[in-house]
Amino acid sequence: MNNKIKFVQGNEACVEGALYAGIDFFAGYPITPSTEIAELLSMELPKRAGKFIQMEDEIASMAAIIGASLTGHKVMTATSGPGFSLKQEALGYACMAEIPCVIVNVQRGGPSTGNPTHVSQGDINQAKWGTHGDHSIIALTASNHQDVFEMTVEAFNFAETYRTPVILLFDEVIGHMREKITIPEQGDLAVVQRLRTSVKKGVDYHPYLPREDGRLPMSDFGSEHRYNVTGLFHDMWGFPSNNPKVVRELLHHLVDKIDNNVDQITRHREYWLDDAEYVLVSYGSSARSAIHLAKNRRKRGNKIGVLELQTIWPFPKELVRRKCAGARAVIVVEMNMGQVLHQVKSAVDNPASVFLANRIDGKLISPTDIKTLLRVIQGKGV
Amino acid sequence: MPKTKYDKEYNVKQYLRERFFPHIWCPGCGHGIVLGSLLRAVEELGLDPTEIVMTSGIGCSARISGYVNFHSLHTIHGRALAFATGVKLSTPKLNLIVPMGDGDALAIGGNHFIHAARRNIDITAIVMNNRIYGMTGGQFSPLTGYGQKATTAPYSTIDNEFDVVKLATAAGASFVARSTTFHATECIDLIKKAISHKGFSVVEIFSQCPTHYGRKNKKGDASNMMELYKKTTVPIGSKKLEQDPSLIERGIFVDNKEAPEYCDEYEKIIQTAMKGRA
Repeated sequence: MNNKIKFVQGNEACVEGALYAGIDFFAGYPITPSTEIAELLSMELPKRAGKFIQMEDEIASMAAIIGASLTGHKVMTATSGPGFSLKQEALGYACMAEIPCVIVNVQRGGPSTGNPTHVSQGDINQAKWGTHGDHSIIALTASNHQDVFEMTVEAFNFAETYRTPVILLFDEVIGHMREKITIPEQGDLAVVQRLRTSVKKGVDYHPYLPREDGRLPMSDFGSEHRYNVTGLFHDMWGFPSNNPKVVRELLHHLVDKIDNNVDQITRHREYWLDDAEYVLVSYGSSARSAIHLAKNRRKRGNKIGVLELQTIWPFPKELVRRKCAGARAVIVVEMNMGQVLHQVKSAVDNPASVFLANRIDGKLISPTDIKTLLRVIQGKGV
Repeated sequence: MPKTKYDKEYNVKQYLRERFFPHIWCPGCGHGIVLGSLLRAVEELGLDPTEIVMTSGIGCSARISGYVNFHSLHTIHGRALAFATGVKLSTPKLNLIVPMGDGDALAIGGNHFIHAARRNIDITAIVMNNRIYGMTGGQFSPLTGYGQKATTAPYSTIDNEFDVVKLATAAGASFVARSTTFHATECIDLIKKAISHKGFSVVEIFSQCPTHYGRKNKKGDASNMMELYKKTTVPIGSKKLEQDPSLIERGIFVDNKEAPEYCDEYEKIIQTAMKGRA
């Protein structure tokens, strides 16, 4: 066992995951509570001949990583709520132009400047719909630092596999809390490398002509194939088109390449679900409280289980429906006004049995907060 | 007829994606002249097209990137220099050329313009100043200036314009030049020098928009507007300035070869971080 054991913040676990996945370009702008990611990468990347740049603003950071991805690099930026808002237009560009990149959003309270140093999970829907227009997106999260590490590696893998921006939706508690992680050996976790075209020099390369499996091999800027990249609807050459067929087919492609692969993209954990009468659905730091409560109530004979979502988008509807099918009641535990609640209600067979245990005041939701609601649902009073 | 550089034999078609023509520019638009000068500059420099990345934003000017057979990155409004910064820093061997209109360069993209200049990153920005937002139909821009008409200034503008040369200079650009579409051969030279320059280079080119700016402000047709460029501009330091200080100077205002370039500086950071391990 040569594995490296470290005691780190979640933000550092994310950096370790990014380095494991082979990040070689980061652009960012300081913002609480994600700043440590930029600080650490400014130290680590040049040691590996990678590039770090502190840009003039959040928008520029998003733009810079897209540019660097096109030259064949693995890229990431990190931000929080206000910065995530600013990045949305360029994020949509990466969706449209199909450029692999990873965006970390260490969530804090919003809207606006909100509650910069306190926890929230209020950007769930923004991750899906923050940029304009129909599109699909991948968003992952984690509740502990080992998973932060692994989900960060997955984010890079999905970005390359599906040629899309991938969002890591961590939160302030996860970002700043310290915990042990074990960094696996290279090779222990799969790391997906970019699929590059095999089209030879002098033969027409169609940058936006999907293969039969829907994937589009890339060609790095600076290599022999010169092509156009645009945020306009475009044909197989990457050239702007408003031909209705081209527009319709491209939009379907952008959505289908992700939505048709929900099973491949879904990551989750489950605890004591087999005979669970009450299912807690949670994610991120709030899942820690859900797991803690379930563990304690199990000792008292209560049949409680937890479904922890690590893939938030595309929302794993079928998984949630299946796992909640036998439950008397489902409690969604999150720190917002019910953003995942809405998804769970639309996924399960009996939406009336789905309840929300939440906190929206900047404090981490506690096991007691969840228990209070559980007792009401169980008819045991407050 | 005097011989000009345009009389030389060029093969600019090799750099064009004829598949994507006709272009979208209006008859008389100056942007095609800028493109012509740019391609002649590239040809004279003998650059390898696979080492050129043209990055642009949104607007009439930005469409240039689609027509050239380089790597081309047509991005979002105002952010072309930020995308270009990512391309350049990640792969410094590439030549970055960024054609920009009034808005891309100095309105929505103004922040990126001054910061790219401040970093002195090796990118060539070509500001095609037509004093108007053309693609959206003739609204005033930060280069329109006071007392002009535009669709969003029906009574006349009260906004002052930026002086692109002074702004770029103050922000730290290490090569700054200005010309006009009337002076197409001069543009070839300036663009050549700008591309060859190691550092952030800015070439402002006055480019006529007869359709919107010209019509709204009764400047006549395209040839009239180009005649005006001839009459209202002079080479830097011209004696004519003494009689008429309102004349606008053309030429190279800044050519600082000593300023450290950003990617070179980052290489030093890598050397330090690796402590000789590289």
